[in-house]
Amino acid sequence: MTSRRMTGWQGEPVRFRFDGRDYEGVRGDTLASALLANGVRTVAASPALGRPRGIYAAWTEEPNALVRYGVEPMAQATTLDLAEGLDATSLRGRGRLSEEPDTGRYDAVYAHCDVLVVGAGPAGIAAATAAAETGARVIIADDRPIAGGSLPDTAETVGGVPGAEWAAATLAALDDRPDVRVLSRTSVFGYYDDNHLVAVERRGVDAYSRERVWRIRARRVVLATGAHERPIAFAGNDRPGVMLAASARAYVNRHGVLPGERAVVFTTNDSAYAAARDLAAAGVEIAAIVDTRETAGPAPDGAEVLAGHVVTAVGGEEGVTSVTVSASDREDRDDREIEADLLLVSGGWNPLVHLFSQAGGELRHDDGIGSFVPGSVRQAVEVAGAARGVFTLAGCLEDGAAAGARAAEAAGFRVESVFETPGTPAEEPAAPAGHLWLVPSADYGTHFVDLQRDVTVADVMKATGAGLRSVEHVKRYTTAGTAHDQGKLSGVLTSAVVGHALGLPLADLGTTTFRAPYVPVGFATLAGRDRGALHDPVRTTSLHEWHVVYGAPFENVGQWKRPWYYPRAGEDMEAAVLRECHAVRTAVGAMDASTLGKIDVQGPDAAEFLDRIYTNMMSTLKVGAIRYGVMCRPDGMVFDDGTVIRLADDRFLVTTTTGNAAAVLDWMEEWLQTEWPQLRVYCTSVTEHWATVALAGPGSRDVLAGLAPGLAVDAASFPFMTWRDTEVAGLAARVCRISFSGELAYEINVNAWDGLALWEAVMGTGVVTPYGTETMHVLRAEKGYPIVGQDTDGTVTPADLGMDWVVSKKKPDFIGKRSFARADTSRPDRKHLVGLLPADAGRLLPEGAHLVETSTLPEPPVPTLGHVTSSYRSAVLDSTFALALVSGGRDRMGEVLYVPLGDEQVPVTVTSHILYDPEGARRDG
Amino acid sequence: MLLIPCPWCGPRDEAEFHYGGQAHVAYPENPAALSDEEWARYLFFRDNPKGRFAERWNHTAGCRRWFNAVRNTATNEIEAREVTA
Repeated sequence: MTSRRMTGWQGEPVRFRFDGRDYEGVRGDTLASALLANGVRTVAASPALGRPRGIYAAWTEEPNALVRYGVEPMAQATTLDLAEGLDATSLRGRGRLSEEPDTGRYDAVYAHCDVLVVGAGPAGIAAATAAAETGARVIIADDRPIAGGSLPDTAETVGGVPGAEWAAATLAALDDRPDVRVLSRTSVFGYYDDNHLVAVERRGVDAYSRERVWRIRARRVVLATGAHERPIAFAGNDRPGVMLAASARAYVNRHGVLPGERAVVFTTNDSAYAAARDLAAAGVEIAAIVDTRETAGPAPDGAEVLAGHVVTAVGGEEGVTSVTVSASDREDRDDREIEADLLLVSGGWNPLVHLFSQAGGELRHDDGIGSFVPGSVRQAVEVAGAARGVFTLAGCLEDGAAAGARAAEAAGFRVESVFETPGTPAEEPAAPAGHLWLVPSADYGTHFVDLQRDVTVADVMKATGAGLRSVEHVKRYTTAGTAHDQGKLSGVLTSAVVGHALGLPLADLGTTTFRAPYVPVGFATLAGRDRGALHDPVRTTSLHEWHVVYGAPFENVGQWKRPWYYPRAGEDMEAAVLRECHAVRTAVGAMDASTLGKIDVQGPDAAEFLDRIYTNMMSTLKVGAIRYGVMCRPDGMVFDDGTVIRLADDRFLVTTTTGNAAAVLDWMEEWLQTEWPQLRVYCTSVTEHWATVALAGPGSRDVLAGLAPGLAVDAASFPFMTWRDTEVAGLAARVCRISFSGELAYEINVNAWDGLALWEAVMGTGVVTPYGTETMHVLRAEKGYPIVGQDTDGTVTPADLGMDWVVSKKKPDFIGKRSFARADTSRPDRKHLVGLLPADAGRLLPEGAHLVETSTLPEPPVPTLGHVTSSYRSAVLDSTFALALVSGGRDRMGEVLYVPLGDEQVPVTVTSHILYDPEGARRDG
Repeated sequence: MLLIPCPWCGPRDEAEFHYGGQAHVAYPENPAALSDEEWARYLFFRDNPKGRFAERWNHTAGCRRWFNAVRNTATNEIEAREVTA
């Protein structure tokens, strides 16, 4: 294949593979420039229509050239650095995630600065320099490997040296300043409230971390983001070989690559003439310049200029072979076919207002450039250069310097000297640009407005023909602007085509909303180190290692890892749990209960405070005693439950459910700070200070007596719902006589660092069976004890749970009290907690299953009575059983209801939620 | 990401705070004296203005103090703040 690399272009060779073929490019190439250098024209097939597509642009606005490589499912060939051994495949059809895990490392950086400059083109560099001169802390971020914005593309000079050299030298000098940070290959992709901007830095596969996310808070921001050249919609404008004019110029000047041999230029403005001159100088034959304006600009030597003409057709299925042009507004159209392999297009320039718009900025239509420019904005931001429609090099430098100085001044720095911008060659004033969005035609079927979504002018007209008027609606109807490139090239064009169809000016239609991210960002990048084990903090108890050694699988409860059950050799979960349950009901078991939330509540008003927080009375609790309590929200719905231990007149220890500990502490602090600041109460989380071992079963008293010889354990000396400070296994301990299984039981609390010693002493007795959370759940469910958050869901009152007894009638008020007098909380059809026994004792109901009244399902919508909240196999009941919330459940005792499961209606009998030992005979052993 | 001026810690990222809804919705002096409708208004009804809105914030991941701030819901600008009690 002939090389399209300009003669004399130097570069270290780089070998790569594309679609299974081997090629060679040079260091500094993108995959796109290397493919063009190798004469590869077709690089993709369009996703919906399968039409061949070529490279259309030279940076992030590229809509066609998407590739896959390594674990990367979708990358733009125009932004992908050519690396030795790169093996890329064109993306034909839709993208597909890699099945290999991404082993790359991704990091995050938080930064603050006085002035953040986005874009290191002429305006951005001038702004950063002017700001840095004042002593402001400056960050300048640029998304390209080589800074300078359009300078490396246009080969213009600044201060008498090539623009790219000036940019590199000026940035290097900036980077040497202690208060300036230069971030290259860094795309600022999101602009959020209060000048919080987020960027992704692409450091490459060899770096310690491949990419870093920068989260930057800036006092002031200067957006110098440049402009994108605008396409024109005409028949066949998607053929390989059709390319934006300035992009072709970039391939010549930045990469030394000729994107074709013989070109036609189709333009509405002067900028394409400069591109044509550079291409001609590099050796591309310019067959003709087709200018939509009646007055043509100065053409390069030998090129024919066709003023007042348009392109009406493009020949060549697999790539441009000819271009048909015609006088644009004459009746007797004299179509003429020109042989060419390259068609350069320039429909004018769109300022990159994406970040400005994300910042909440209003856009304004500028008639001169035929596009939208920044208007008013409330955030602390300046816009400079092409991003606000300044298109000359000298103008961008001056505009940038002024914006940088303004930003620094607004951030509180004094501008002592005016930064003098370097000289640039004299520029001829540009002739006014023409505005042509689409070439009129009888058939708009191949006038593409969005190449990546295969949306044509015909599709847009179908949308407006269906009555759509808003560009937001047309976007969603046609999908224009919703692809990988987020409509960088198609957005404004789509609005203009809608305007054309409706006969409305573009200014009235506006644009669709610009949203972050400006460029695609990988989920792996955003996740950074917060993956796998580091995704969320893992909390383990001081007994954790023992559980691991004894083979317990763990249940996640909030951030806690709790041992689920302890399988013996050959046991599955069901067998292990039935064995553990049997051990507790007939002998003695022990569980690690350390994860229960514990809050130390103290102060002269602690008792009064707990009376207001709990539904039941806590102030009457005696020192040395324990009471179970329920907390509600003001709406009367159960929020949490647990035990309250009175340690002294002015001191209590409150326990919460494992998952709710932080929420309960927040709740207490909120009421103390915002409603009852006069109460002298102090709350402290002490969850992690204690290790707690629950000892349960008829044999628990004997085990405790053996471990705590100094403690009188008989029922009279140590009654239910009291606590004692003593020594257990030689360790300072607080023993509470409470039970969550209905059996005689104790909770032994020791310092967290003594937890393992206590547990080993308990296990050392040889008679205690360790049990996990699943057994705990079965045992408590047999007794009808609800788990807040499992058997309740924020719509359940204490009365719904059958716990009227926990709601004080004596207290004048407590949180939730007034709501128990609402009509809604006394409806007879409220859902009550009940038990369910399946007719088939071996049938385990799935939790979440619904309940209906009839043995055959009526037509939808099926009226459901409630749902199953807990469901287990029971050793002691010799049956499966469930707890459920059922409408009017307490009035349905003995009724048969049905659980629809697939095609089956599974019959169940409603029972009390207390299925085992309802009289509480086992409590004292 | 809002920059929220905590009265105790200074301006901090929004991620450090919990939102507490509308400010100045006091717990009624005597809930028992309220009609069902009045009690329901306290429980369930809140303003949702476009513009200035007094609301509560808790600096959960910082000093854990509650405070009130006036935020413009259309622009997210925080105009004033006050310390509870």
